[in-house]
Amino acid sequence: MRRIPSWIWPVAVAVFILTLSRLVENEYYMFAGYVVLQYIVLASAWNILGGYAGYVNFGSAAFFAIGAYGTVVLDKLLEPPLVVAILFGGIVASLVGLVTAYLTLRLRGVFFAIATLALAIVLQTLVMNWEFVGGPLGFYTIRPDSIAGFPSYVNYLFVVMLVLALISVLVARAIERSFVGRGLAAIRDNELAAECCGVPTLRLKVFATMLSGGLMGMAGAPFPYYITYLDPNSAFSIAYSINSIAMPLIGGMTYWIGPVIGAVLLAVIQQVATVTISSELNLMIVGVLLISFITLAPNGIVGLFESYRQQRHRRPGT
Amino acid sequence: MVTFNLLLNAVVTGILLGGFYAAVTIGITIAFGMLDIVNIAHPVFIVMGSFIAYIVNRTFGVDPILTVVMASPLFFLLGVAIFRFYYAAFESSGKGSLRGLAFFFGILFVIEVTLLLAFGVDYRLVQTSYIGPNVGFEHVDLPLRMVIPFVGSMALVSGLHIFFSHTFVGRAIMAVAQDEFALSLMAVDTVAIKQLAFGIAIATAAIAGGFLIVIQPVDPSLGREYIGRVFAICVLGGMGSITGTVIAAFLLGVVETVTSTLFGPSWAPAVSFAALLLTLAVRPSGIMGR
Repeated sequence: MRRIPSWIWPVAVAVFILTLSRLVENEYYMFAGYVVLQYIVLASAWNILGGYAGYVNFGSAAFFAIGAYGTVVLDKLLEPPLVVAILFGGIVASLVGLVTAYLTLRLRGVFFAIATLALAIVLQTLVMNWEFVGGPLGFYTIRPDSIAGFPSYVNYLFVVMLVLALISVLVARAIERSFVGRGLAAIRDNELAAECCGVPTLRLKVFATMLSGGLMGMAGAPFPYYITYLDPNSAFSIAYSINSIAMPLIGGMTYWIGPVIGAVLLAVIQQVATVTISSELNLMIVGVLLISFITLAPNGIVGLFESYRQQRHRRPGT
Repeated sequence: MVTFNLLLNAVVTGILLGGFYAAVTIGITIAFGMLDIVNIAHPVFIVMGSFIAYIVNRTFGVDPILTVVMASPLFFLLGVAIFRFYYAAFESSGKGSLRGLAFFFGILFVIEVTLLLAFGVDYRLVQTSYIGPNVGFEHVDLPLRMVIPFVGSMALVSGLHIFFSHTFVGRAIMAVAQDEFALSLMAVDTVAIKQLAFGIAIATAAIAGGFLIVIQPVDPSLGREYIGRVFAICVLGGMGSITGTVIAAFLLGVVETVTSTLFGPSWAPAVSFAALLLTLAVRPSGIMGR
């Protein structure tokens, strides 16, 4: 087992999904799969700051919307290729993360949480008042003609999001195992002690916020092309904020796989519930699941699995 | 053209609005400032109070403010119940803050969606005699729908101020806010005191909800607009200080109405965030910070 580098597994799964996407004819699966992948990006990104460092970001929707509206601005100005829009969205979102982080992260984590919550509301106000991107009326994007080598544009978007999901999973994984991840974990466990031991806490927190915000922005950048009509309410939907908190919490926050499990599970439930029941009710499901998991299984599904394994491990010894 | 008259009107309206903001924030001042419980669901409890006022007003024609005052004991019990749950699940095990935050976020969400499913996305309003007429002075027009909540809010806030500074229980709560550990060494049951205080905080949400629906029509997601505002006021006022909260509320109310007079009402929500960030960056301990 040890001889194969373990980053191969996420890559292998991604390649497998890619092949599968070539075989599936029905475009609905691409549409639904895109949302699941998008949530893998958001949940993994949130977890870099929220799970590893213990700083709660309530404004995922804001970072997501920055990416989406970044694309709208670029699309109106010069219609660049999607990759440029994604990079642009990522950079702008991480800069917003930098400013918010620098102003609030020196204080207790609670203030950062509240500031991100307010950030979402204020950016929405800003966009509502910004005529250039359509204001409250929203903005229609015209999808480019299908890209060479892909059966349809939706398929292309799906593959783009698959790559983004793979990148964010690999980034989260790399962070977790590097000195950055250990530093963030030290901050989560006891920030004062970490500071005293020479962990550059502020720098690490700001870095994690920028990275996390940037990935969220990148996840939002293809969204206008996916939905073709973007308005402030859909871009700043509170569903993104709650989902990107609920998914890592339910999956488990200490390992990179946790957000992925949570994202796949919750997003699939929501996709099914939206089709079969109603879209309001599926948000209710998320809320109830979130509350029950934080009270009953605070370490998420991964935590449940681990404690089960530990128990089984212990039994023969004692 | 912004005339002096217009500006004067904006300032006076801002003061009225600020008084109402004080009533909205006082629950956060108690829960967050004194007890260190980050109840981000507070605004949604306020909206819940508004909807109770709406239902009772709609079916029985009872005055909304009277309704919420009657309903506040129920909210007190709700607050006590939530605190017990919160305490048992998070605080007693010492892994509060992050999970507590997510817990209240979940509550916010569940209540909001429940209201949404029950009442839809429409704006709801109440019928009373004081919605509509104005009281006029020389150059200033005061809508009664702002004046009544202002007077009510001031009564609520001063009542709480007297309670916290002059009664035994109130001073016990202040003591918990100051140093919980020292109190527990003196064999005081701090949990019971905190439970009581959190109940009071949620009870004020009901009353603020009654004022809210008198001032403006209410829809289930209105609470979100108030999250930034209440925390901005609470932090600006210096967390646990009632006097600070009132001063900060007036300040934010005036700045907000002047902003919307000068730049248009759609910019008003941005004011609170700017105030919050500025406070955090420049003076995190707030106006009346200890």
